[in-house]
Amino acid sequence: MLQLNQIHKVFNEGTPDEKIALDTINLTLNEGDFVTVIGSNGAGKSTLMNIISGVMIPDVGSVFIDSQNVTGMSEYNRAKLIGRVFQDPMAGTAPSMTIEENLAMAYSRNKTRTLRKGVTKKRRDYFREVLETLHLGLENRLNAKVGLLSGGERQALSLLMATFTEPSILLLDEHTAALDPARAELITNLTKEIVQKYNLTTLMVTHNMQQALDLGNRLIMMDKGQIILEVDDGQKQHLTIEQLLNEFQRIRGTKMASDRALLS
Amino acid sequence: MFTAIFGAFESGIIYAIMALGVYLSFRVLDFPDLTVDGSFVTGAAVAATMIVSGANPFLATVTALFAGFIAGCLTGIIHTFGKINALLSGILMMIALYSINLRIMGKSNVPLLNTETAITHVRDFWDKTGIDSFFNAILSMIGLGDSLPRTWGIILFMLVVTLAIKFLTDRFLQTEIGLALRATGDNKRMIRSLSANTNMMVILGLGLSNAMVAFSGALIAQQGGFADVGMGIGMIIIGLASVIIGEALFGTKTIARTTLAVIGGAIIYRIVVTMALRVEFLEPGDMKLITATIVILALIMPKIIDRTKEKKRKAKRLAGSMNISELPSGRKGEAGAAIKSDS
Repeated sequence: MLQLNQIHKVFNEGTPDEKIALDTINLTLNEGDFVTVIGSNGAGKSTLMNIISGVMIPDVGSVFIDSQNVTGMSEYNRAKLIGRVFQDPMAGTAPSMTIEENLAMAYSRNKTRTLRKGVTKKRRDYFREVLETLHLGLENRLNAKVGLLSGGERQALSLLMATFTEPSILLLDEHTAALDPARAELITNLTKEIVQKYNLTTLMVTHNMQQALDLGNRLIMMDKGQIILEVDDGQKQHLTIEQLLNEFQRIRGTKMASDRALLS
Repeated sequence: MFTAIFGAFESGIIYAIMALGVYLSFRVLDFPDLTVDGSFVTGAAVAATMIVSGANPFLATVTALFAGFIAGCLTGIIHTFGKINALLSGILMMIALYSINLRIMGKSNVPLLNTETAITHVRDFWDKTGIDSFFNAILSMIGLGDSLPRTWGIILFMLVVTLAIKFLTDRFLQTEIGLALRATGDNKRMIRSLSANTNMMVILGLGLSNAMVAFSGALIAQQGGFADVGMGIGMIIIGLASVIIGEALFGTKTIARTTLAVIGGAIIYRIVVTMALRVEFLEPGDMKLITATIVILALIMPKIIDRTKEKKRKAKRLAGSMNISELPSGRKGEAGAAIKSDS
C-alpha cells in the first residue's frame, strides 16, 4: 500500500544550518495497517508526512502508493490517493463555505472536477448520512458556514472529509494536539471508529504516547531523522509508556528530550 | 437632475459587470488584481477597432471578452509559475497592456460616433417597438416629463445582460470547479490536499474576472462613443468601491445575494459620483479623488461603526454586571470575571 525506499532529505544544505531531516528511511505499510509515529521535536515526523503527501520531494529515495511510483508527482495529483488531517483545526476546512460545500469538495477528491453542481440533492442526503456518524448534530446544520463551528467540530469534519472517500492512505499529523482533552478524546475515538469502518491504511503522528499505544497495530519511534524503533503487531499490545522511554534511553543513551512526549 | 441620474443608472449597470469581475478576483480568489486597469481598455480597444473596421458589433463585444480572458490568464501564469507577488504581477500586466492596447487601436483614441454599435442596434430595435412612449407617458403623469432618458431600451437591455452574467456567475460558483475556485481563495492548503490544482484555479479565476472586465469595457466604449487608452485608469478602485459599497449596504449572506449587492453597489457608486460632480466647486478631473475618498470612507466606516457598537455593548454589560454584584455572594465572582475579560 505505502512503501518508502531509502528516503533522504536535507534542509539548508551547504550552510551552517544544515540539518538532516530524514536519514535513509525505509518503511512499508501493508493494507489495513495503522501505524503510530512518535518522537521528539525535530525527529523528522512532519517531514516524513510532507514527503508522503508530496508537499516536499525527497533528495534521494522513492515513494510508492498502491505499487505506483509517486515520488515526483505533484501534491494535488497525489491527493487523489491520500486523505490528510492537519494539526491545526483551521487548516482542514474552508471557513467561509458551508458544511455541505466543504463535504462536496472532499467528495470530488478522487474524481475529476466538472461543471456539474457540487451539492446535488442525492449528495446532500449522502452527506447527511455520513455526518450522522459523527454524532455531533452537524447533519442538521448543512448550510452553516464552517467558520462558525468549534475547533473540535471542525476537526471532526476534517477527519470525515479526509476519510469518507476511502483513500489508499490516511495521514494524521498530530490531529488532536490542538484540542482540549475532552475534544481530543472525541476525535481519537472517531479516528478509531472510522479507520476500522473503512479499513484504512493509516499513518498517525502523535506527541501523546498513550494515544500512540492505544491506537493502531504498529508503532515506530523516530529520532534525528531515523526510525530507531519498530514495534509490530503482537508486541504492541503489551507495551507501556515506561518501556518505550526506557527503550529510547537504551538506544540513544539519553533521556527523551520532549516534555510534551511525557505528558499523556 | 433626473436625466443625469438615469444616465448614471445606465452606465452603472454596465460598470456592474466590471465590478462582478473585481468581486471574483478580489473577494472570491482573494487576489488584488490590478490587471483590471489594463484589461478594461483592452476590451474597449478590441471592440472599437473591430467595429470601426466593419465587424458585427455583437461579435466585436464577444471577442473583447475573450481578449480579457487571455489577459487575465497571463497575469495568473506570471503569478503562479513565475512566483511573482500578486500585486506586482497585476501591475506588470497592466503596464504591458497599455502598450498592447495602443497597438490594437493604432492611436490613443478611437471615436465610435456615427458608427453602428451594439448600443445603437438595441436603440433602433427598441424604437420600433414603441414601448418608450408608454414608459414616458407614465413618468409624465407623475410629473417627471422633462427629465426622460434618451431611451429605456438600453437600460433594460443592459439590465438583462448584467443579470444574466450574475446568474451564470452564481451558478458557476456552485459547480465542482467553482467550489474549488472559492476554496482556493479561502484555504489553499486544504483544497490542495483535496486534489485541486490551485495554480490552475488562480489562472482560471483571473481569466474569468478579466473577461467580465473587458466585456464591460467594450460596452462602455460603445455607450460612450469612443475607446481611449486612458479610460481604464483607476478602474480597479471603481470596482473595489462598488464591491465594498454593495456589500456594506446589501449584505453578503449568500453568493447570489453578494453578486446582487455588487451590482447595486456599482449603480449607487455611479449615482453618488454624478451627484458629487454637480456640486459647484468640483470638476470632472476631481473624479478619481472622489472615488479614492469614497473607498477610504467605505473601508473605514464599518470599523468605526463596529467599534462604537462594541463600546455600547460593553457599557451595557458593565452596567448589567453592577446589578449582579448586589446578588448573593456566590455570583459576585462571575460578574467580576466578566468585567475583567472585557477590559
